[in-house]
Amino acid sequence: MDLVLLFFIFVLAAFLGLELIAKVPSQLHTPLMSGSNAISGITIVGALIATGASEGGSIGMVLGFLALVFATINVVGGYLVTDRMLQMFKKKGK
Amino acid sequence: MDFQNLINLAYVIAATLFVFGIKMLGSADTARRGNLISGVGMLIAVVVTLLDQSILDFKWIVAGLILGSLIGGIAARVVKMTSMPELVALFNGFGGLASLLVAWTEFEKIKTYGWSAYSQLMGTPSFFSSFVIYLAMLIGGITFTGSLYAYGKLSGRVSGQAKVYAGQKMINALALIAILAIGVAFTWSGDLELASTLFLSGVGLALLFGIMGVMPIGGGDMPVIISLLNSFSGLAASAAGFVIGNNVLIVAGCLVGASGLILTAIMCKAMNRSLGNVLFSGFGATSQSSGDEDDREPKAISTQDAFYVLEAANSVVFIPGYGMAVAQAQHVVKELGELLEENGAEVNFAIHPVAGRMPGHMNVLLAEADVPYEQLVEMDNINPIMPTVDVAVVIGANDVVNPAAADDETSPIYGMPIIEAHKAKTVFILKRGQGKGFSGLVNKLFVMDNSRMIYGDAKSTISDLVNELKG
Repeated sequence: MDLVLLFFIFVLAAFLGLELIAKVPSQLHTPLMSGSNAISGITIVGALIATGASEGGSIGMVLGFLALVFATINVVGGYLVTDRMLQMFKKKGK
Repeated sequence: MDFQNLINLAYVIAATLFVFGIKMLGSADTARRGNLISGVGMLIAVVVTLLDQSILDFKWIVAGLILGSLIGGIAARVVKMTSMPELVALFNGFGGLASLLVAWTEFEKIKTYGWSAYSQLMGTPSFFSSFVIYLAMLIGGITFTGSLYAYGKLSGRVSGQAKVYAGQKMINALALIAILAIGVAFTWSGDLELASTLFLSGVGLALLFGIMGVMPIGGGDMPVIISLLNSFSGLAASAAGFVIGNNVLIVAGCLVGASGLILTAIMCKAMNRSLGNVLFSGFGATSQSSGDEDDREPKAISTQDAFYVLEAANSVVFIPGYGMAVAQAQHVVKELGELLEENGAEVNFAIHPVAGRMPGHMNVLLAEADVPYEQLVEMDNINPIMPTVDVAVVIGANDVVNPAAADDETSPIYGMPIIEAHKAKTVFILKRGQGKGFSGLVNKLFVMDNSRMIYGDAKSTISDLVNELKG
């Protein structure tokens, strides 16, 4: 993989991120935080590769498995709890 | 190779969905759909990864996915809304830990294959691999223990007070230098034996530093540190993306890192303090008594008398703070608001951006109690009408209504934007006791002529008022 290309992507993503949420009503700060927190669980992809590609019984395998469990908690829990919060917000106003 | 391209294409789609998801999370009408869209992106990323040919053994993967889903799913279902800050902190910490473990797994791979074979496999110079492995480990580790410690503070398992001790800054600085020095040595060491020792010391120090960094941060500053740790968990994922050369991790992690930083900046601005000041000053640990000592005593009022004033009021503004969350008073507050409305008063809730322990804390609590969205007014919109308000009811808030922030240049919180409760015709302050607020400052609002204190548990005080109104 071309390193410069990876950095290029990183920098562009940073600017995109800064632009995306420059103006968010304070009412949504918590859901935004917990929703983006769920996205940071994307490290689950790394955990999947690490678990699947390691040989059984090795230290790498054990570490990968733990990474997978924690990343999955982050992803599943993060999305569900964000949805629960937003559901509450949605209910009223109608 | 074509198959690999398809996988990468799917990752691009996932990243796009994340971008749309975050964008939509920023607006009330689309937020829920935005969360769903970003969830679909995550699902695509996971499913596509499972199709990757390098995955040989699905047994443990299935077990890990099921176990993680169960724990996360149950925790998300059963948690009370009042415990939301600590749960978010906990999930955040797990994300950081996962990134640390991914980096560690890669290092174990290097130990198995040796540097040269590994860098041939990845197509990257070995110093780069070791650099990003260390970085992902470091940020992930700090995020993990930092969030865990924040979780402890938020849930009351450890004291929420800022903890400072002599030479704390020096010790933290030394720890940071040690972490960086080990990082440099790890990056350039070719010897696997040595690298292994360095890496493990790095893990230990990173975990320790997460705790040491959060230690001097007190309760009222939690919204800042929570946002910052949120940003870190994204950066850790992004660094892990560099480790395994995966675009979707880099993009998604970086998006989270950037959005977390913005939120951190918003929180700092709402307190008129720099991030450096929040992180290093140990604010609130030392109780400074500043400015001119006011010798006026706060005047108390009984709930009975408070009821007469409220009954006659045409407009009432509630100003909630962390004390409302502690007393879990949001439901009775909502009931009181409804009764006052039936009584003909205009009722609003004034929300300070840093009220509570996480960004948007008060909004979540009041939403849970079903307070209509239109009644939640942001600070900048409520202040102009404050002089026309008959009664401002401060519920467990302190620094965010301290007029010293506006007019006392010697005050440590001078310049912090506040909700101008003191401009209302009458101010009721619900407070547990006569203690000081988080900043340790004497609140001048409490001794002003138009202020009356109602001591006692906020929930029972408001329940009493509700009963009086129901009459």
